[in-house]
Amino acid sequence: MNIEQLSAVEAVTRIKSREMTSREAVEAVFARIEQVEPQVGAYLSLYKQEALQKADAIDARIAAGEPVGILAGLPIAVKDNICTAFGTTTCGSKMLENFRAPYNAHVIELLEKADAVIIGKTNMDEFAMGSSCENSALKKTANPHDPGKVPGGSSGGSAAVVAANMAFVSLGSDTGGSIRQPASFCGVVGLKPTYGRVSRYGLVAYASSLDQIGPFGRNVADTALLMNAIAGYDDRDSTSINTDLAPNEDYLAKLDEPVDGLKIGVVKQFIASEGLHDDVRRSVDEALARYKKMGAEIVEVDMPSMPYSIATYYMVATAECSSNLTRYDGVHYGYRTPNPKDYIDVYSSSRAEGFGAEVKRRIMLGTYALSAGYYDAYYLKALKVRNLIRQDFEKAFKLCDCIMCPTAPETAFAFGEKTNDPLKMYLSDIYTIAVNLAGIPAISIPCGKGDDGMPIGLQIMSSYFTESKLLRIARMYEKVAQASRL
Amino acid sequence: MSHELTEQDVRQVAKLARLNCPDQEIKQFTGQLGAILGYVDQLDQVNTDGVEPLAHSLPVCNVFREDVIRPSLTNDKALQNAPQRDGEYFAIPRVLGEGS
Repeated sequence: MNIEQLSAVEAVTRIKSREMTSREAVEAVFARIEQVEPQVGAYLSLYKQEALQKADAIDARIAAGEPVGILAGLPIAVKDNICTAFGTTTCGSKMLENFRAPYNAHVIELLEKADAVIIGKTNMDEFAMGSSCENSALKKTANPHDPGKVPGGSSGGSAAVVAANMAFVSLGSDTGGSIRQPASFCGVVGLKPTYGRVSRYGLVAYASSLDQIGPFGRNVADTALLMNAIAGYDDRDSTSINTDLAPNEDYLAKLDEPVDGLKIGVVKQFIASEGLHDDVRRSVDEALARYKKMGAEIVEVDMPSMPYSIATYYMVATAECSSNLTRYDGVHYGYRTPNPKDYIDVYSSSRAEGFGAEVKRRIMLGTYALSAGYYDAYYLKALKVRNLIRQDFEKAFKLCDCIMCPTAPETAFAFGEKTNDPLKMYLSDIYTIAVNLAGIPAISIPCGKGDDGMPIGLQIMSSYFTESKLLRIARMYEKVAQASRL
Repeated sequence: MSHELTEQDVRQVAKLARLNCPDQEIKQFTGQLGAILGYVDQLDQVNTDGVEPLAHSLPVCNVFREDVIRPSLTNDKALQNAPQRDGEYFAIPRVLGEGS
């Protein structure tokens, strides 16, 4: 079977109608993994025997005419910061290298309920802090399109396995762009849902007011299918949004219906932003032209607080991270230094030895921002600017249905290009980060290739709980782009 | 709010964060954190008079539930990842007495 030709939606349809078995799908994916994984290095753990057993069980149920879930028999990969009651949940960190979660995350329970087959867990920047996967303490992941380039991050492994056909779909998490930027770099679709749409129960916390789990797919429909499985209220996450406010939707049902009278916002402050590469600008302009041809209207929106989003994010996110990561104490779980001088040293040396440099930098930055004398000037100030950023979006969405811009200012960069300069790495999140501060949904879809032949992503953002419309807008472009390639 | 971040400052923050960083790392972090804080200083340009701080993007308030007993981790499961355990307990080096 040639899995490159088969979408997740088609695969599930075929498995359910017994044109194909789940075992065949799982075997095809593992054959592909054997062939490609040595060059890409996207998986931290693989569960072939368990996956085949699960596949056989699903095939048997289908053969017996029993009802099965919406992802029946579909091979799927999961980012390694999402707790699974099997195997390890490492977060790409030496701190959790041998950590075996005692329970399943909410989304894992939902995947099981949907009869998906989890085949492995993917590499990431340590504790989801990074934009290239280079901060993983455990593995180097390459971009499937060019082994000399990074896959993006932090969910680089989840983007790479979908791009390299080593899974049909995958789950990632997005705190400042960690789904959308690797989707852009690897040429796949990645959706960051509205904050609260998907339960964070069992997602290892980085910055709790920004973290959100979301799907990767090779196309918009596959992404919508996975979203159908994971969205919904969960009382174990106190920030999970009640169905009264955000009713469950079938994201596939109206996917092919274009949005009538579509108004697209382009942000004045983004057009002017320095560091945007010409080839990326050109591709995004071409995508906008295509929407215009479909009858969309382009309106310029003024969002004066956008240029401050990176500075705001690196105060808010690091403050929350410094608090969340206090749990790694060398006592309850995780790494412990072998010869502590005393009980304080159990904390201090375990943490110094168990965390990588970027995690330590962010903990220290957050500790500083929250410390006496600096709290008002840094943390509180950032929270006020965060409010202005949200207000910018609220005003903008009164004028347009969605906002479009590049996902990243450039295509995938080379290994080592930004590792010595953390600030330079942070600046690559310029277009994605405000979305998390505001809590709105956003998607990255492929929209062409750069001068270097690497994929470029178009980012589309929309207002709270409008994922359904967002996916339809993305699908409008995808349809036209596919047709022009035929 | 801009001021030069010194190695002494960074050492103090490392202590607060319980990170026993070697001297060389402190030196490296001083430059890097200083550059990041210098960048963050641009927030000073934003007029936030009368703006409420926003800790959370959605209007969530306290979430209450009935106080009912639900299944939870067994003692053994909760201890399965402990770097060192002593029967039913997490073990750490002695805190009181004997030269500590």
